[in-house]
Amino acid sequence: MPEAISRETVAKVARLARLDLTDAEIERMTSQLAGMLDHFRDVDALDLSNVEPMNQPIPLTNVLRDDVVAPSLDRDEVLASAPAAQDGRFRVPPIIGFEE
Amino acid sequence: MAQRRTVVDIAAGVSSGALSASAVLEENLAAIGSREKEIHAFNLVTAERARERAAQIDTDVKAGKNVGRLAGVTIALKDNMCTRGVETTCSSKILAGWKPPYDATVVRRLADEGAVFVGKTNLDEFAMGSSTENSAFGPTRNPLDTSRVPGGSSGGSAAAVAAGFAAASFGSDTGGSIRQPAALCGLVGVKPTYGTVSRQGLIAFGSSLDQIGPFSSTVADSALLMEVIAGHDPLDSTSIPQPAPSLLNVLDQGVKDMRIGRITDMPEGSSPDVLARLEAAFEALRGAGAQIVDVKMPSMSFGLTAYYLVAPAEASSNLARFDGVRYGLRVDAKDLNAMYGATRAAGFGDEVKRRIMLGTYALSAGYYDAYYGKALKVRRLIADDFAKAYESCDAILTPTSPTVAFKFGDKTSNPLAMYLCDVFTIPTNLAGHAAMSVPFGTGEAGLPVGVQVLAPALGEAPMFRVAAELERNA
Repeated sequence: MPEAISRETVAKVARLARLDLTDAEIERMTSQLAGMLDHFRDVDALDLSNVEPMNQPIPLTNVLRDDVVAPSLDRDEVLASAPAAQDGRFRVPPIIGFEE
Repeated sequence: MAQRRTVVDIAAGVSSGALSASAVLEENLAAIGSREKEIHAFNLVTAERARERAAQIDTDVKAGKNVGRLAGVTIALKDNMCTRGVETTCSSKILAGWKPPYDATVVRRLADEGAVFVGKTNLDEFAMGSSTENSAFGPTRNPLDTSRVPGGSSGGSAAAVAAGFAAASFGSDTGGSIRQPAALCGLVGVKPTYGTVSRQGLIAFGSSLDQIGPFSSTVADSALLMEVIAGHDPLDSTSIPQPAPSLLNVLDQGVKDMRIGRITDMPEGSSPDVLARLEAAFEALRGAGAQIVDVKMPSMSFGLTAYYLVAPAEASSNLARFDGVRYGLRVDAKDLNAMYGATRAAGFGDEVKRRIMLGTYALSAGYYDAYYGKALKVRRLIADDFAKAYESCDAILTPTSPTVAFKFGDKTSNPLAMYLCDVFTIPTNLAGHAAMSVPFGTGEAGLPVGVQVLAPALGEAPMFRVAAELERNA
């Protein structure tokens, strides 16, 4: 397994996960993740070269339903739970134009 | 503590008219009134809705209507199951105040059979934890000893039944979150075979691991509840296309000639009081005519590593939906990306952030093969170990938890110490098998010890036979 995780990597992962972590959180997270990843090296003792990965426990594939119209959620009821809505849609801040 | 009524007794009594659903409910509400402040099992008690529902059931019984198999049975729901129009928070600030526009399939099936919902129970935020200390709304206390944790993540559901706040409750189990709190609170707790119970409306944590299951005072209660909630659901694409298993009718079959596995290379670290009860359980089953056979699970101790990569990886993906757009909290910012980052930083607690970070890292370019890919291979080894073991036995016994209920703060400073609570429960979730915890006497400080019965996929019937036999000998 790779070398211990760095502070820079933790900061990058936080950006990927869309989590604004404070410097103190990044500091703490770096040491905690390093500890866990070190523990996870226990599986290096196993020979996994000929083992098929197991993504999920049951062998169901391509479960499809008939393509027919069925009742759906009420739009107003759904939008009532949104932080902001307008004209029957979710309202969000500007998507482009403020990138640094 | 008040004498607890069983699900079976309430359902029989209410549907025959011998018992009033309203009277049963008032007993539970009285218990809530006297102890909930101290225990904090609930995020929300829905007393008025419950009173209306119970009164309706009593009216229907008098009118001779069919009131269902769970008529008047009081039930508490873990607060990660969607209830239409009733707040569902996952014990997280990011969902506080959210009222789902639909009911989870399990909730609907219970309601259709006459259940009375008393409230939504506390959990470790997004079901991530083993002690219910990680709730954004404060911890739940163990009703048997309030200086100790109830286990987790479904600690509120376990405490609600143990304290007599409801006849039964439901939790979700991703790595032990039903079985471990059941053990720590002296209850029966079931993790059904993956795909047996619909996940529709269960707010996802680890989608290839999660299952909903019951907490109850008796094995028969859990058998009845399983018969109601299990069975195919077209709204869950991972639901096995089979009807619910018949379980009540196997409880008296005994274990004569069943083969019960004892893992000879079991992970170490269990306390002596727990191991003594496990030995007593093997003795009891042997005395009832079962054959005890030695089996090996060489990969079992690697389950923790596989789980703490697979579950956070799936969680990091599932929790991406909490972005301040469709529901819950939003922290305003100049643009969309800044809003995502600020909202998620303010809305998620420490453990959830840690798991999102771990999962995102394990899935990220350059590390995927080394971590997530490897974890999936270890998962296969564990499933293969089980398959081999079940060639020579019908069920396996282990401890549920390595120790009895521990004190608050004992494991909060070290995430790895907390993760070790799940060493015996995690392999079942990785394999997708069935497992349940059955109370089997007491250990240190007179606190309950749970014995875990493991069975292969769709092995609920033999599992319940063993559980019922243990209960008769507890």
